[in-house]
Amino acid sequence: MHSFGYRGNALLTFAVTILAFMCAIASFSDNFSNQTPSAQIQILNINWFQKQPHGNDEVSLTLNITADLQSLFTWNTKQVFAFVAAEYKTSKNSLNQVSLWDAIIPEKEHAKFWIQISNKYRFIDQGYNLRGKDFNLTLHWHVMPKTGKMFADKIVMSGYRLPDAYR
Amino acid sequence: MGWIGETVDSIKSIKIRQLLTQAVTLGMIVTSALIIWKAMMCVTGTESPVVVVLSGSMEPGFQRGDILLLRMTKDPIRTGEIVVFKIDGRDIPIVHRVIEVHERKTTGKVDVLTKGDNNDVDDIDLYADGQMWLHRHHIMGRAVGFLPYVGWVTIIMTEKPIIKYILIGAMGLLVITSKD
Repeated sequence: MHSFGYRGNALLTFAVTILAFMCAIASFSDNFSNQTPSAQIQILNINWFQKQPHGNDEVSLTLNITADLQSLFTWNTKQVFAFVAAEYKTSKNSLNQVSLWDAIIPEKEHAKFWIQISNKYRFIDQGYNLRGKDFNLTLHWHVMPKTGKMFADKIVMSGYRLPDAYR
Repeated sequence: MGWIGETVDSIKSIKIRQLLTQAVTLGMIVTSALIIWKAMMCVTGTESPVVVVLSGSMEPGFQRGDILLLRMTKDPIRTGEIVVFKIDGRDIPIVHRVIEVHERKTTGKVDVLTKGDNNDVDDIDLYADGQMWLHRHHIMGRAVGFLPYVGWVTIIMTEKPIIKYILIGAMGLLVITSKD
């Protein structure tokens, strides 16, 4: 009952149980954080808007993204993954979501930012439906914890429209 | 030396009834582990409720050796979700993020494009020849939770199988020689 093996086993089991309990509590504490993120996206310029040789529309935009995601960070946050996606409907597809830009925010200090860039990923439609298309821009964020449950949410901004003709 | 002598003595003195009791106890432990595993499969809705991260394509969020807890529901697949999928003809599950979704109005089927956070390009080169999109049946689950470092045990046992054999051998020896 008092051999090295038994003591070692008891110690190890206890240590693992305590560790698991701490991870669960850390994750649970994330539910109590008060989150008030805000964001604004402006389309500064439509750089070009063409129909590709294989028949699909493609558009290149310059976006101005302002966001304050600082309130999403808790002590259990490892990083926040933020991305902007364009959402629109076509006659064939009830929903299209195309990611235009993303960033990894490792610290709270970097979570309040203003950035002006052209789309990081190509905005290509399945077809040629983009002329005159109304679409939403959504800023999504994905909070990746140091341990435990991940959660995600988004802000939807509507009222954007692509030009009626190619250019 | 005395320890080896003790071990040999205790192996020689095994009684059949004691051996059978120990075998049944071992069987009970193994089957309860199996029951827990199957129950987790039911609760989370996916055939692999836990997955170990094998590559660095989702760094710095997920490092090699981390464990992801998965769940699969009938909810539609949307951008930003971290999904685990298998390519036809390949065994290894891949954990990447969805960056594009096109959902058909009439059938509700989706075309999905994925990309690892740490990769420069999307996963089109990873898919099977000629495949441009993933579909719902490729996706095994969504990542909902995360535990750091715990998966290293599995990686070590897979990459250096000798350690697995040593561990199982040692456990077997312990079971046989314990005086309970």
